[in-house]
Amino acid sequence: MEPTLEFEKPIAEIEEMIAKLKKLSEDKKGDFSNQIKELEKECVEHKERIYANLTPWQIVQIARHPKRPVLEDYLSLICDEFIELHGDRRFADDQALIGGFATLDSRRVMLIGHNKGKSVDENIKRNFGQARPDGYRKALRLMKLAEKFRLPVITLIDTQGAYPGRDGEERGQHEAIARNLTEMARLEVPVVACVIGEGGSGGAIGIGVGDVILMLQNAIYSVISPEGCAAILWRDAAKAPEAADALKLTAQSLHELGICDEIIPEPAGGAHHNHSETVENIKNTLVKYVDKLSRLSGSKLVQKRFEKYSKIGMFAD
Amino acid sequence: MGWFTKSKQDKRVIKDEIWTRCESCKAHIFKEDWTNNLSVCPRCNFHGRITAYERIGQILDSGSFKEINQSITPSDPLEFSDAKGSYAEKVKASRKKAGLNESVITGTGQIKEIPVVVAVMDFRFLGGSLGSGTGEKILRAANTAYSQRLPYIVFSASGGARMHEGVLSLMQMAKTCAGIARLDKRGLPYFSVLTHPTTGGVSASYAMVGDINISEPGALIGFAGRRVIEQTIKQKLPENFQTAEYLVEKGFIDCIVQRKDMKNTLAALLAYYQSKR
Ligand SMILES: [Zn+2]
Repeated sequence: MEPTLEFEKPIAEIEEMIAKLKKLSEDKKGDFSNQIKELEKECVEHKERIYANLTPWQIVQIARHPKRPVLEDYLSLICDEFIELHGDRRFADDQALIGGFATLDSRRVMLIGHNKGKSVDENIKRNFGQARPDGYRKALRLMKLAEKFRLPVITLIDTQGAYPGRDGEERGQHEAIARNLTEMARLEVPVVACVIGEGGSGGAIGIGVGDVILMLQNAIYSVISPEGCAAILWRDAAKAPEAADALKLTAQSLHELGICDEIIPEPAGGAHHNHSETVENIKNTLVKYVDKLSRLSGSKLVQKRFEKYSKIGMFAD
Repeated sequence: MGWFTKSKQDKRVIKDEIWTRCESCKAHIFKEDWTNNLSVCPRCNFHGRITAYERIGQILDSGSFKEINQSITPSDPLEFSDAKGSYAEKVKASRKKAGLNESVITGTGQIKEIPVVVAVMDFRFLGGSLGSGTGEKILRAANTAYSQRLPYIVFSASGGARMHEGVLSLMQMAKTCAGIARLDKRGLPYFSVLTHPTTGGVSASYAMVGDINISEPGALIGFAGRRVIEQTIKQKLPENFQTAEYLVEKGFIDCIVQRKDMKNTLAALLAYYQSKR
């Protein structure tokens, strides 16, 4: 369960004590069953108290947890098959944003997502899931291929944002994202978008224009990172917890704002505590929407998607 | 996104009654000369910011503009407050200062007798940021172009997304592009004019997907902020990075047009559109 988040330390401490007592019992150094029972009860109470009252900033920590399942985990755990397709046919094959044919519960789909990688080496190779224009152009190429093959598209979003580098800017990060937003609006196959970790601004929405927008319970979706917002509006990046609160970036908030269609539950404390439970939840929900949307014609999907986005926003008139 | 901040010189310009100081070459120019020259510096050709209504006056045939959806204004959906105060107060101050209800003005009009729908952003209203109301007006104007089968022209001037509206602001990127996408279905032209500055979420949505992308000399156009990029790559960027000229070189802008020629150029381009009617 390493590394432990600050607010989870009381739980980790008790769990450690329980483990020690169990070890002693196993080694026949005495009977600690009563003490273990007490501690276990205390542990459950702590969990209930802490996990039921997570602040937005704590949820940000969970969404970014290094042990949180990433795209690669989902590929191996929810897909019966995944055939990766590489390259944007223009410049490169971006490792931060990948995609390919996938089979989920015998449904054939095009699956596209940010891949942060699981180890430090992988993180670096995959640029921590921060894609360049090449990634967004590859994603679009695969979406158009899905349209031709009449396959539903699933996008799994997990990025801090599009990569703010010189090369990305030179190759038109803005144009690549803008093009995706425009083309996704008229894609004549179902699009199921799901935020699995961080939904970071333009880099997230660049593959996020779905008929439905799903979020894992502890995923976040924001116009700017809490740190970035704090640096600009509070002139102090350390005010990120306040900014996280103000930005209303949790799945619960997005549901209330009418943007997130369904929240996919995670085990207590977050997906990193139990990968397999999260995987089961996400797979069932994705399949449910793929089936539901596959009943609609291409033109109906485009019309409904247009209506959905037309309604997003709150203003006075 | 939303990283563009006003420089200190701007404030001095506003205070000064006789002189305008060029943001670029720092020369002091007679205010009257500055205005007569369409807010373009006579010394260095820097194209200064102008208001949405000034732009409309320069582009549309006199008396042809009919504004639509003028009353749309921010509602503070997140009840957002930061260290410097509440979003509601900022909106109130901006409405008063700019005399506008939102960061974009939309309507119908004519360019050399060619009927068009226009959306013109105004940087004075919260840095031209993309709020829910902005997105709504840009979409509704696109819908007007769609239903009346007219060309659509958007003039952008924006620091990017509006943080005070959180993810609702982000979603306007998808919403506006959905409106632009629909114009293709009826074969209607969409021109994007990216003026100084067009950055962040606006550059990464409707501003960059024109059938023709046009800019003005020296305009700043970029996705990420210069400082953010320099911190990320730990290198200094070239002087002309993210200028309109740089974007032409990289293949993202069709042409740079002098402000005095903008109306004629738009009319000339529109003449190549063979309407089905
Ligand atoms: Zn000058």
